[in-house]
Amino acid sequence: MRYVDEFRNPQLIEKASRELHAIVEPDRVYRFMEVCGGHTFSIFRFGIQHLLPPNIELIHGPGCPVCVLPMGRMDDGLHLADEPDVIFTAFGDVMRIPGSRGTPLELKAKGRDIRMVYSPLDALRLAQKEPERKVVFFAIGFETTAPSTALTLIKARELEVKNFFVLSNHVLILPAMRAILESPDMRIDGFLGPGHVSTVIGVRPYEFVAKHYGRPVVVAGFEPLDLLQSLIMLVKQVNAGSARVENQYSRVVPWEGNERALAAMAEVFEVRPFFEWRGLGFISQSALKIKHEFAPWDAEVHFTLAGLRVTDPKAAQCGEVLKGVLKPHQCKLFGRECTPERPVGALMVSSEGACAAYYQYTWQGAAGE
Amino acid sequence: MCLAIPGQVETIDVHGHMATVDVLGVKRQVNVSLLKEQGLSIGDWVLIHVGFAMSKISADQAKEQIQLLEMLGEASEAMNEVRGYAFSSEDVRSREGYHGPQTS
Repeated sequence: MRYVDEFRNPQLIEKASRELHAIVEPDRVYRFMEVCGGHTFSIFRFGIQHLLPPNIELIHGPGCPVCVLPMGRMDDGLHLADEPDVIFTAFGDVMRIPGSRGTPLELKAKGRDIRMVYSPLDALRLAQKEPERKVVFFAIGFETTAPSTALTLIKARELEVKNFFVLSNHVLILPAMRAILESPDMRIDGFLGPGHVSTVIGVRPYEFVAKHYGRPVVVAGFEPLDLLQSLIMLVKQVNAGSARVENQYSRVVPWEGNERALAAMAEVFEVRPFFEWRGLGFISQSALKIKHEFAPWDAEVHFTLAGLRVTDPKAAQCGEVLKGVLKPHQCKLFGRECTPERPVGALMVSSEGACAAYYQYTWQGAAGE
Repeated sequence: MCLAIPGQVETIDVHGHMATVDVLGVKRQVNVSLLKEQGLSIGDWVLIHVGFAMSKISADQAKEQIQLLEMLGEASEAMNEVRGYAFSSEDVRSREGYHGPQTS
């Protein structure tokens, strides 16, 4: 058992691991998807797979916002940075996303005014300090960050800041889960529900997964022990033939979510009819658009966007990996054309993407042994 | 972006919108307006995402979260993020250790 000594509570981890081994039925395979990129990172970093019985298979889901952003959308955003009066701002992880002409970092080196911010409020403040320039905030993220963007837009309206614009690429986790459940090659027996997204949306919205698709959901924390306990809860449900929504992470996630955060999102955003996800294609009602009431701050209204579509290379099999049909290393490009240094496919872009995490902690480790 | 950073509330403004939060000795302003219903008070611990406190947690959970960030090798990234919040006060840019838009 690798890493087990560095855990804070190694006895509890071993006990949980033994319990999992004891309760799995040997003649069946359990395929569980962790939806959240933070879980994916934690699972690889701690080598959780090594603590599991061989017939529990973890499938790494779409919950890494950097990974699912289509390249055309990045190109659209970076196009705005070509205009001399524009300051393009984004979170640090966006800075490494490749567009057709390079990453934001590379374009910054070529003279575009591109700046990293740690909070959307920083971008708003920059707009106040530079009233002659147009500050564009390239917003990405799931329900964890969407309320922050919403509150920043409400603040911009309150302060009457006229040179601040948001390009919303916010996406929603539930439509992505539904798309995966509807996929004909879907082979998932249950879900580890995302931790931080659920602090906003709560636990109740996952009920459709249990009721309509007959799959259990356990909202999970990020520690190794959280993950093992959540897997025990999933295995017990599968063994009993039940499908319920449970909350392992109740010390942080309230059942009802955060009403104020949901209200701020509802005030500022509406659901787009459809949006493209890298690796999954177009998913209906899966992303957030800025409402008409906030049009003066909507980059999609103020600027003309090309609406570019850049298809991923056909050889990249991100979609199959996302749905659990293939393991990362079974993709034809993995570790050859597609590496964390030069990502071709979506899942190699961020350390929370399944392929990058697999490359860093499993594949390279195995190659070195 | 997806980092959840624990911090302890030191002061809260009269509107309950902004608070000074201590994250491992670094003091920063964060937006706490999403936690009004939870009745935030001085000494409470919160989890911060991109400059906004998203949930109230216990002191033990805060300690666990700090250890988790350290084990994941993300503690320094979390500190950079917190140091980077530039909306707090005018003099942030001149402070030591600031790695925000002007310098990076």
